[in-house]
Parts: sequence; structure tokens; C-alpha cells
Amino acid sequence: MVRTALDQVALELSNLGKSFGPVEALKNVSFKINKGEVVGLLGDNGAGKSTLVRCISGIHAPDKGEVKVNGTAVQINTPLDARKVGIETVFQDLAMIPEFDIVDNLFLNREIKHKNPLLAKLGWLDKKAMQKRAKKAINRLNSRIPSFDTQIQSLSGGQRQAVAIARAVNWGADIVIMDEPTAALGVEQSAQVNELINVISSQGVAVLLISHNMQHVVETCDRAVVLYQGESVADVAVDEVSKEDLVALITGAKSQAQIAEIHAA
Amino acid sequence: MSVSQVNNPDFKARASEFISKKALKREYFIYYIFIAVLLLFAVALHDTAFFSFANFMNIIRQTAPLTVMAVGLTFALAVGHIDLSIGSVVALSALVGAVLLQHVGTPLAVLGALSVGLVVGVVNGLLIERLQVSSLLITLGTMGVITGLARQFTNLESVPIINSNFTGFFGAGEIFGVPSLLIWTLIIAGIGYVVLTKLAFGRHLLAVGGSPKAALAMGIQVTRVRIYALVISSMAAALAGLLYAGRLHGARYTLGEADLLTVIAAVAIGGTSLFGGRACIIGAVLGSWLMGLINNGLILSGFSTNEQMIARGVILIAAVAIGVKEMKNG
Repeated sequence: MVRTALDQVALELSNLGKSFGPVEALKNVSFKINKGEVVGLLGDNGAGKSTLVRCISGIHAPDKGEVKVNGTAVQINTPLDARKVGIETVFQDLAMIPEFDIVDNLFLNREIKHKNPLLAKLGWLDKKAMQKRAKKAINRLNSRIPSFDTQIQSLSGGQRQAVAIARAVNWGADIVIMDEPTAALGVEQSAQVNELINVISSQGVAVLLISHNMQHVVETCDRAVVLYQGESVADVAVDEVSKEDLVALITGAKSQAQIAEIHAA
Repeated sequence: MSVSQVNNPDFKARASEFISKKALKREYFIYYIFIAVLLLFAVALHDTAFFSFANFMNIIRQTAPLTVMAVGLTFALAVGHIDLSIGSVVALSALVGAVLLQHVGTPLAVLGALSVGLVVGVVNGLLIERLQVSSLLITLGTMGVITGLARQFTNLESVPIINSNFTGFFGAGEIFGVPSLLIWTLIIAGIGYVVLTKLAFGRHLLAVGGSPKAALAMGIQVTRVRIYALVISSMAAALAGLLYAGRLHGARYTLGEADLLTVIAAVAIGGTSLFGGRACIIGAVLGSWLMGLINNGLILSGFSTNEQMIARGVILIAAVAIGVKEMKNG
């Protein structure tokens, strides 16, 4: 199943590289994600997945290479830059303030200001408007969330994940990056997150899913990009390869060409 | 209770609801203590002037500088910092204000005194961010430096203030029969409350204190927000110095010396977390009035200054103990 009905490239990375002193964490990463497509990013520990996520979301600035969003080359040096071009990241730790309630987390650093321009200049919050929009954002994902003034720390892992995804989508993101969204979740909650991913990709959002969980990738992704020692070594449609193939690619046991040969034979 | 009951999502929801209700109670904690202490002294001191309007006004006037400092410190604590230099800033700001008043008018003198707070806050903030050292150590250091400066500034001599404009405005005067110190208290507390609960900046302060990593990922300029918080704390202390100078018609290096412990205790018992992320301005105000109440009650009961110091220490430890216990449960 390759969902490229829209067939427009949302995100394109070419020759991305990033070094930390002598350590070359990313050497050469290139791949594309189309609108409405879910692409899994696979790789062993230390393959450069986290560094890549950080480069795309503006935590680190890449040293070389190019990032194109909707066909336009962009410079992403800060998290705000990433947001401005429509990239939202759901971090592994979700980047939520545990003491804040759902609404405050959804609108952190993007608060809706008071209608009065003078008060708005002061940064006065329009709490009612934020409540209203929070409800819309959560409803869009068909998620069940208790009340909106619940503190994040008293939500379940799946609910927190849903809030984090809602926050990403709420900002009209074209591209959502998810870093190990189901790592800390049980079976049922993982299924809920998969469902959320389906919902947002069907709304045209391009999703980059970083995961260790092969099963999860096979279930939710259209394509898989494999990182090996800081390089993107394979880009395959998940229904054309087996899980064993993916493992072989991740560990560097086989190359994409070798696998294609075996399948052709 | 069975295991299935614990895993039931409904049960979990109810449990978390219970916990957040408990947290709500923590916010009201200061009210209960305040009323309890008030009643205790009212009964114990029924044959004195304790329970009188005049005495309460007196307490509010005496604690006004503490209240202002408590509101300021709440900002530092909100971002997860502590500011130990506030007591020393009180003395230096009061002395700078008093000395300037001998040469220039009230506005310039006030500006000079407040800029002491501004400079100390910026220095504290930059040192903490640059050196990546805990605020506890940095502000302990700057406290020493500023205390020394204040002692050296006038060679340990007090500086009288005869400018009645200044003393009227900052402490001794009244406006329509309302003591100016009460007005200062209300204004500063009001501003603090609005900033922390109504403005985006307040959200950012608490976000930085709650989880700096998350705040950074959401694009908040964590470093800048932290420095602002320390500047607010320090400038509030500088204003407190002016309030002392106004009330006492003069400044002395000992001003604010004993206030640090009192202010931390007041803020902690008022429900502000000493570890960042949760702050309560009303609690800080009530906390400082509670400290004033206890002080006043202990004096009227015939306890000495030494015993009052012991009481303050015990209150701080109790407040911290409650806060830590709640954090572990939360």
C-alpha cells in the first residue's frame, strides 16, 4: 500500500550531514516523504536517528546538505524555524510540562492572546479561546481525553501521546516527526497511536516515524528508510520486503541491491 | 482491591482525579494555617491588643518589604532558581537610595537604588547561565559580595533620610488614610499575580521551571526567561530596600539581613515549589503575612528574638517537608 495519491513531495533531505567534533553522527542522509505518506526511519542504536530528528526539528543545525519543504529549500536553525515551515516534532519524552494542564501544553509558546490589542501586546491570554480550540484539536483525532484541566502528569501514556500528536497537528503541520511514539506504551495504547497516525496521514500530513519496533513499522508505514552508521542506505516499500530483510538492512548484513536481487530471483 | 481494579482505566482516571483534588488542597493549605495561627494567637493573647485592626495594620506595614521580596522570589523559584542575594540587595539598594537622596531628588535616587537590583539580577543570571552552576552557589557568592559592598559603602554608618517626599511615598505616608506600604504591597502582589497567571510570560516562566528541556523544544528562550526571573527577584528586593528606608527614615547595612530565611519560608509555605514549575503569588503574600503574624504573636507572648529565629527555621523546614512529600506522591 503506497499512499501517494497526492504525490507531492512534502519533505526532501539531500546529503544531510552533522558532526560533533570528530564524531560524524550523520554522514549522508537523503530521502523524500510525500504528502499523506507514513515513512518509518529505522536504524540501530547510534545509527544517527536521534541526530537526524534533532536536525530536522531545529534542535541542531546540520553542517551540510539541504532540507526542502514542499519543494522550497529551507534553513532550520531553531525549533521555531522548523515550526514556521510546517514541521512539528513529537519527541520521545513528548516535550510536555508535567505540571501544566492539557490546554496549557497544547498552546505552550503559541498562546492565543486577548482580543484587546493592548492586552495582547502584554501577552494577556485568551483562555476561553484556547479551551475551545483545544477541544477541536482533540476531537479531530477522535481521542478520549478526560477533562481539559487535567494535569499532564496524571494522564496515561497513551493519552499523553495523543495530546502531543494533537499539539503537532493543531498547528497545521504538513510534516509530523514522531520519535519512538509507542516505546513506553502497552499493546492497546500502541494500537491507539497507530490509529492516530492513520487519521493524520489520511488528512494529508506527511509522517516520519522513528521506531525500534519492526512490527509497528510494518503495520503503519508505507515506506521505510534505513540509517546505517550515519548514512541512509535503503529506502524500501514495506510491503515489498520481509521483516528479516529490514533487520538485514539495519545491521548492515545486506544492501538494498542484494535484497532486490534475492526478490527478483 | 484486585489487580484488575488497579488496571481499570476508569479506576485510574478516578485516582488521578483524586490526586489533582489533593493538589488543589495544597493550594489552600496556607489559608488553613493562616486561620489556625490567627485563632491560636487570638485565644492565647486575648488579653492583649493582638486581635485589633490597629495591630493587623501594623503587621501589614512591618511585613510590606518582606511581601515584596516574597513576590519577587516567587518568580525566581518559578523557573527553578533560588535567589539568596535578595537580603543583601535590600541593604545596598537602601543605602544607595539614601546616599543619592542627599544629592539628587527622589526620582533619580529611586532609579539609582532600583538599578542596584537590575545589575545584581543580570549578573546573577549571566553567571548561572555561563558557568552552568546552580543558582544556590552563585547567589550565595553574590550575597557575600553585596553584603561586603553594603558594609563598605558607608563604613557601617547609617544614612538618615530627611526628604519627606521620599519617606511619604515609600513607607511612612498615607494616601486617603491608607498606609502607602499597604498600597505598595497590593500593587506588587497584583502585578505579580497578573504576570504569573494571566500572561504568556508567566506560562513560560513556569514551563521553564517545570521542564527546561520541553520548554526549549517548544521554542521558548529558556536562558532569557531564567535571567528575567532573577532580575525580577532582585529588583523586588531593591524596592523592598526603598520601602525599609522610607519607613525607617534612613538606611543601614543591617537592613534585610535577617529577611532571607523569613522570605523563603513565607514563599515555601504559600505553596510555591522550591524546585520550580509551581508558583503561587497569593500564597506568597499570605505566607509573608503569616510570618509577620507569628513574629508579632511571639513578641506579644514574650518570646525573644532568638526564639523567633528558631520558629522561622522550624516553619521553613515544615513547609519544605510538606512540599517534598507532596512531590513524591504527585
